[in-house]
Amino acid sequence: MYNEKVLEHFKDPHNVGEIENPDGYAEVGSSECGDTMAMYIKVKDGRIDDIRYKTYGCCAAIASSSIATDMVKGKTIEEAEALSKADIVAELGGLPDKKIHCSLMVEDAIKAAIADYKSKR
Amino acid sequence: MEIYLDHAATTYTDEHVLEAMRPFFRQGYGNPSSQHGFGRTAQKAVLKARHQTASVIGAKPEDIYFTSGGTESDNWAVKGIAETAGKGHIITTSVEHHAVLDTCDYLASRGFDVTYLPVDENGRVTAESVAEAIRPDTILISVMFANNETGVLMPVGEIGKLAHERGIPFHTDAVQAVGHVPIDVDALNIDLLSMSAHKFYGPKGVGALYIRGSVRLGRFMHGGAQEKGLRAGTLNTPGIVGLGAAAQLAAETMVQNAKHERLLSSRLAEGLLKLPDTRLNGAGAERLPGHVNMTFGGIEAEALFTYLDLDGIAVSTGSACSSGSFKPSYVLRAMGLSVEEARGSLRMSIGRENTLEQIDTAIEKTRAAVEKLRALSPLFAQRKGGVMHV
Repeated sequence: MYNEKVLEHFKDPHNVGEIENPDGYAEVGSSECGDTMAMYIKVKDGRIDDIRYKTYGCCAAIASSSIATDMVKGKTIEEAEALSKADIVAELGGLPDKKIHCSLMVEDAIKAAIADYKSKR
Repeated sequence: MEIYLDHAATTYTDEHVLEAMRPFFRQGYGNPSSQHGFGRTAQKAVLKARHQTASVIGAKPEDIYFTSGGTESDNWAVKGIAETAGKGHIITTSVEHHAVLDTCDYLASRGFDVTYLPVDENGRVTAESVAEAIRPDTILISVMFANNETGVLMPVGEIGKLAHERGIPFHTDAVQAVGHVPIDVDALNIDLLSMSAHKFYGPKGVGALYIRGSVRLGRFMHGGAQEKGLRAGTLNTPGIVGLGAAAQLAAETMVQNAKHERLLSSRLAEGLLKLPDTRLNGAGAERLPGHVNMTFGGIEAEALFTYLDLDGIAVSTGSACSSGSFKPSYVLRAMGLSVEEARGSLRMSIGRENTLEQIDTAIEKTRAAVEKLRALSPLFAQRKGGVMHV
């Protein structure tokens, strides 16, 4: 049901953890299935310097968290904000139809953490 | 290495059962309804299977009706009683298999009244609640013998007794229980009983409905005289022979299998309960020997399922996160588990061929996967009393 790339990220997810005193923080839940995640970002010179998360959810939610945080790490705030669930799914090489919504939560969490960062400035 | 811990979903077909079936594909292929020699050979085989199938539940052979499996048997029993009565009230439980629940929902849409009884925290319905739900127009009581998710045994004997006293037909979906625990339809006052061969080392696609001689059920399938004209269609001779052989084998090996499965399931549950924030569902009730249904706090069972699948270990989630609506196990929810707890639940069901070594591997892999997922989970930190907000 899941492709190799999804399973690789699921087996060994990148960027898991928390950041003490993050510049941006958000907790996001999926209204569709009850998944939740906590997202932490550190910003330096307008770029995502570090990004960490914790995810409660299925294989697709965990793999999406892993690859999306890889994708935005080192990117500018604007670039990170532009990341969509379609980008995440494409980078993963596809997700089963029923699992597409799991990647939306990650997109939302990144956007919300950035919004939190902006509101604190 | 592959470890199969999903025997409640289905079992493999036993070698002896397969051998018993084999002649009826190429040699004994006659139609059991034909009167020539080919037909008589098949007829004899079906008759033998009828006896074997009846004996595993203490029934008379003439009260066994072969079907395509548990779902058909449930449909026939429930709709059959409803059709004969024309209208009235049906009592069932909120934790039945969908084959009964959906059939009752259908009948409710056709004007029947249905009471879905709640269960206690161990997943058991009480005979008292059944007694209280009975009305003058109650036409059927349908309560499963053992729950498919938790393996919890229902008080079938008590319910049968009170149904009998009040003259109400009593159906039990015993798909999960037949061949695993002793059943006697007379001692338990069961009027209708559903079973399926593939749950006890028989082939898929064949089962039976036991109908007590005194109970009148409508014709379920029109088009022939098979099964006393109630269930038309050419008999599935190889499948029926397989059901009979599996029933006989189950009767002969039930005690030793149950002992073996009980030993392994206790070891599995004890091994997993060493993890913090973990519970065994239905722990306070009598259960089928091979069922272990666990809740792991703070994690999502589909993720755990996938880790175990990658390790070659086959288990089952009572729930799945799928499109649109997420539906955690209605059985566990009925037992009082929260949505999150139900989502963190996994069923492992042990069979006769599992070994101690396999169980120890399963414990080790499951514990590792749970710990890994908890390290990933914001909820587990919360459940531990940790602080999520910074």
